[in-house]
Amino acid sequence: MQLFPCPFCGPRDETEFHYGGDAGNIRPDGAEMPIDRWAGYLYLRTNPKGTAREIWVHMTCGEFFVMERDTVSHKVLSSAALDGEHAA
Amino acid sequence: MTASRLATGGNAIDRSRPIRFSFDGATVEGFAGDTIASALLAGDVAVVGRSFKYHRPRGIWGAGVEEPNALVDIGGPRATPNTRATTEPARDGLVAKSVNATPNALADRNAFLDRFARFIPAAFYYKTFMWPDWHRFEPRIRAMAGLGTVDAGWTSPDTADQINHHCDLLVVGAGPAGLAAARLASGAGLTVTLVDDQQNPGGALGHRAGEVDGKPAAAWIAETVAALASAGQLILPSTTAFGIYDHNLVGLNQRHLDGRPDTLWRVRPREIVLATGAIERPLPFANNDLPGIMSADAALAYLRRHAVLVGRCIVIATNNDSAYDVAVALAEAGAEVTLVDIRRDGTPAAPANVRLATGRALASASGRLRVDGVTLDNATRLDADCVLVSGGWTPTIHLFGQAKGKLAWSDARAAFLPGDPVDGITVAGAAAGAVSLSDVFAGVGKAFAGQANAATPRSTGLEATGGILPAWPMPGSKGRIWIDYQNDVTVKDVELAARENFISVEHLKRYTTLGMATDQGKTSNLPGLALMAGITGRTVPEVGTTTYRPPFTPVPLASFAGARVGELMAPVRRLPLENAHRANGAVFQEYGGWLRPAHYGGNADAERSIADEARRARQSVALFDGSTLGKIEVIGPQAAAFVDFLYYNTMSTLKPGRCRYGFMLSENGVVFDDGVLVRLDEHRFVVSCSSSHVTAVYARLEEWRQDRFGRDAVYIHNATSDMATLTVSGPNARKLLETLDLGLSLDDADLPHMAVGHGTYAGDEIRIARVSFTGDRSYEISIRADRAEPLWAQLRQAGKALDAVVIGLEALMILRAEKGFIVIGKDTDGTTLPHDLGVEGPRAKRQSEFVGRRSLFTEEASRDNRMQLVGLTVPQGEAPLPTGAHGIKRIDGRLRSQGFVTSSYQSPTLGRPVALGLIERGAARHGEAIDIQNLGKISKATITAPCAFDPAGDRLHA
Ligand SMILES: [Zn+2]
Repeated sequence: MQLFPCPFCGPRDETEFHYGGDAGNIRPDGAEMPIDRWAGYLYLRTNPKGTAREIWVHMTCGEFFVMERDTVSHKVLSSAALDGEHAA
Repeated sequence: MTASRLATGGNAIDRSRPIRFSFDGATVEGFAGDTIASALLAGDVAVVGRSFKYHRPRGIWGAGVEEPNALVDIGGPRATPNTRATTEPARDGLVAKSVNATPNALADRNAFLDRFARFIPAAFYYKTFMWPDWHRFEPRIRAMAGLGTVDAGWTSPDTADQINHHCDLLVVGAGPAGLAAARLASGAGLTVTLVDDQQNPGGALGHRAGEVDGKPAAAWIAETVAALASAGQLILPSTTAFGIYDHNLVGLNQRHLDGRPDTLWRVRPREIVLATGAIERPLPFANNDLPGIMSADAALAYLRRHAVLVGRCIVIATNNDSAYDVAVALAEAGAEVTLVDIRRDGTPAAPANVRLATGRALASASGRLRVDGVTLDNATRLDADCVLVSGGWTPTIHLFGQAKGKLAWSDARAAFLPGDPVDGITVAGAAAGAVSLSDVFAGVGKAFAGQANAATPRSTGLEATGGILPAWPMPGSKGRIWIDYQNDVTVKDVELAARENFISVEHLKRYTTLGMATDQGKTSNLPGLALMAGITGRTVPEVGTTTYRPPFTPVPLASFAGARVGELMAPVRRLPLENAHRANGAVFQEYGGWLRPAHYGGNADAERSIADEARRARQSVALFDGSTLGKIEVIGPQAAAFVDFLYYNTMSTLKPGRCRYGFMLSENGVVFDDGVLVRLDEHRFVVSCSSSHVTAVYARLEEWRQDRFGRDAVYIHNATSDMATLTVSGPNARKLLETLDLGLSLDDADLPHMAVGHGTYAGDEIRIARVSFTGDRSYEISIRADRAEPLWAQLRQAGKALDAVVIGLEALMILRAEKGFIVIGKDTDGTTLPHDLGVEGPRAKRQSEFVGRRSLFTEEASRDNRMQLVGLTVPQGEAPLPTGAHGIKRIDGRLRSQGFVTSSYQSPTLGRPVALGLIERGAARHGEAIDIQNLGKISKATITAPCAFDPAGDRLHA
């Protein structure tokens, strides 16, 4: 079981977390948005081998944060609060 | 074999504590400290089980976790199938039974199968019984093959403990390497946890002679354990480290000798030392599976630990030095010993009183129910009542492999050793390929260099050279040579796999089942893949190993379950008024994780109770516990903008003190939840979402808050469980409430439909929302959960004069279906968009951004043949449509689904069935007839508007 560092609570078992998607997948607003961009936002994922930047939520404290981790070695490289204001 | 217990000796047994247990119905005697296997050997029981497939007689092979043959089913309150007799402590009164044998191991009635063995090679059953259908034959074949049996009726009398544990260093294995490592680390001030699967620490030092620091091994072990204990370190005997998981979480299963269930430990160490030793391999020769053929090291273990001499006339076959100590010890104990060494040159000298034949191997063994002799490769015949073999040592690197450690092949050791290091893991001792005790200690000393001050132990004795000549199974060998004893895989099976091109090690494993038994191939994997290497002209590392996966040894499911059994497996959420409902005859069911009253009036004639509740609710007034309804507060300067973005409907135009019904969509446009939003004041809303969606809606609100609006813009509080919500609904709802002192005006001018008011009840603030899920005038009263009971009691008391009825969720489902009110996820599916439910307005008119907006304007969303919410009526006198039945239409001669029935009930008020459905183009087809098909039967229905009762909505204000 992996240990993820919640920026607010410290290291916790992975079972306390939910995956929230790729970091940097910015929502394109607007009803006129080209459909390809909207579909990309909804469905296209980078699924990198190696370093990935992802959004996770710590279910027990409810905070979302950005975590960088290696998808091969499962090493956690960094974690930071979403807007950085509470980053540890 | 004529094994016997010697009159003296045995460092593990306590002769002052005799015990008796039963094996296959016969009484076996032993001493405290015996394993089932050592006691059986002491009683000269040769046949202890039957093999998986051919029902061959099998005896004890080893003295530890690697045992492939001696599996027993343990009965009684801690019943466990397929337990290794070599590791299971013998206990007074224990009842053990051999596996895959009827009536017992010695006289098994399926033994005839072995005579047909050459007709049943690998994959025989699957290839042969294909016609007409494998499943016709499967039950009988399964009954003949297999190992232990599970008693389906058995339940555990108690639950296993689970412990989370942290330490600086976890040492797995309390042999010389593990003990030395633990002591060095302890001396350096680390917190150490030392685990070993044996009852007694010491590992191989328990039966291999040697001195450490000038003391006998036993004294050094005792001293080391005492030093660890006095330093407060945790020592867990009878505990197996069965798995290393991500980020070096280690799973331990701890046995208890007092009858308690095992304990599961989840250990998070900073560092791990794997001192897990090595496992002796068999040698390949014909009939090498006969009872009486054993691991040489195991024979030494039984001699020194349990004072059991495994035979009188013993042949030891070896390809390495380690068997020489065994020969010496057995000869000293009085056995006649012949040592057959495959190596011609470089062997140690012949020990005293031991005959030595060098450059010779065993060709075959003979005997029926136990071995009676061997034939060498020069056709010499030797009588023997016991044959011991040592095919070399396989380092126990399973845990290292599980931790994604890469293995490196060693020609010198003829084995895989740990390769590149893994962060936080040190492999030490025999597991790292060390052979002599001084090598072991030197390796440990190196691992702790610079960390520990204490000196590394120094040893004498046990200085084997490690010389080995590989003796792998060879293709084309004569006779039946077993590789995997437990799954009955022979050299010929591996050859067959190679002929059919299953040459990858993973294919070999699955095709022949090599290494797939409960022992996970601890003795068989390496010989098997070495044979495949020989057949295909590759080297062993080119063939490679299969993936190491937990668990190292079988772990009872009870350990993993822990306390999460029965009600605790998926605990239900409970209503604050549960006891009041029980006293009122409620029948409870789980709805979306909540335990709620389905109906009242007990279990008898539930259908009539539900119908009565639904009918009476329309006649006067109904009371309903709606406490599970979501109450998520959204507070802050941007609260209005926030709810606008989250909802399909514009919510910022809502006036304080008012409520509005709306949908929340997913980003793909699909309706995710529906519910009422209450605006308490300018900057404060309450999201009243569906009961079963509260957690998900809350998570969604938090996500958008943190990702889009910022933590300071809005604050979200899930107050669902803070308050109970009691619903009063029906034509007499207001009349009932007026008999209570609620501290607010109930006049419709002050509290109209879709308004919210604030009052008090018995000094507590209450909130009353005029929201209706029944179609009748309704009041939802929210009050502190811990103060709800008196209010509920008074509502029921005051209701008596008005013939009020308390209704459960089933009656409410009928009432809302009469009105065409939907339940998300029941009347919608994963494709339903808001306009499919007839709510077109925001899609057509809204200018501001909201979740899911863009998805409402795709080609898919604009199709003119979408499935839309409709009502369905049936001809007079017919029964309700089955939920899930499909509307069908014949198009080009083929039946096509037109959608399906989502909700269907008998309405007691209307005296006819009502149903909702999602039907293609349904909104434009009101009045049209449609065929409904269910399980091959076709019935008629008419498409209508969803609302079947009071379509004008007059009753909301009546
Ligand atoms: Zn947290």
